[in-house]
Amino acid sequence: MQIARVIGNVVSTVKNESLHGRKFLIVQTLDADLKPKGKPMIALDAVGAGVGELVFWCRGKEASFPFKRDSTPTDCTIVGIIDSDAHVFNNGK
Amino acid sequence: MIIARILGTVVSTQKDERLQGKKLLIVKPINLDGTDQSGYLVAVDTVGAGFHEKVIVVGGSSARLAEGNKDCPVDSAIIGVIDSFEVNSES
Repeated sequence: MQIARVIGNVVSTVKNESLHGRKFLIVQTLDADLKPKGKPMIALDAVGAGVGELVFWCRGKEASFPFKRDSTPTDCTIVGIIDSDAHVFNNGK
Repeated sequence: MIIARILGTVVSTQKDERLQGKKLLIVKPINLDGTDQSGYLVAVDTVGAGFHEKVIVVGGSSARLAEGNKDCPVDSAIIGVIDSFEVNSES
C-alpha cells in the first residue's frame, strides 16, 4: 500500500456494469516525506475520500477485495484515509 | 488505473477462443494535461468506447474481473468512458 493525496475526480457515465455507483478519484502517490512520486493514477474509492485528503491505496488484485471481489475490475483502490499530514511519522529523517 | 485515449483498433482472426467476440483497441496513456505518454497498450473494450474518447484502463489480473472478461487471457481492459475529469493542483 502507498500513501497518496487525492488531487481530483473523474466523471464517467458509461462504465463497466460492476462499477455503477462507485466513485473514481485521481490520486498522486507520495514518498515517505509526503513529496509527489511518480505519475497520478485513477483510484476507486472504498472509504468516502475527498479531494485534498491524504489516503492510502492498495494495488493489484487485492484492490477489488473491498467490493464484490470476483467481479470488480480495479487495480488501485483507496482503502483508508489518513487523519492528517501530522499523523505520518517517518523516523528515517 | 490510468487515463488513456483510443488510438485505433486491432483486427485478429486467429486468437484464443476465450477472446472471440471481444473488441481489441489500441490505447495510448495520457497525462492529466492531455499530453501523450510514451508507449501504448492493446486493451479489451468492455463498454463500447469509440475513437478519440478518453477512457479508464485497468491493468493486471484485475482486468480479468471486468464483466464479460471472466477467465479470459487479458491483462488490460477498458472499463469506463470519461465524461470529464477535474484536477485541483493546489492539493
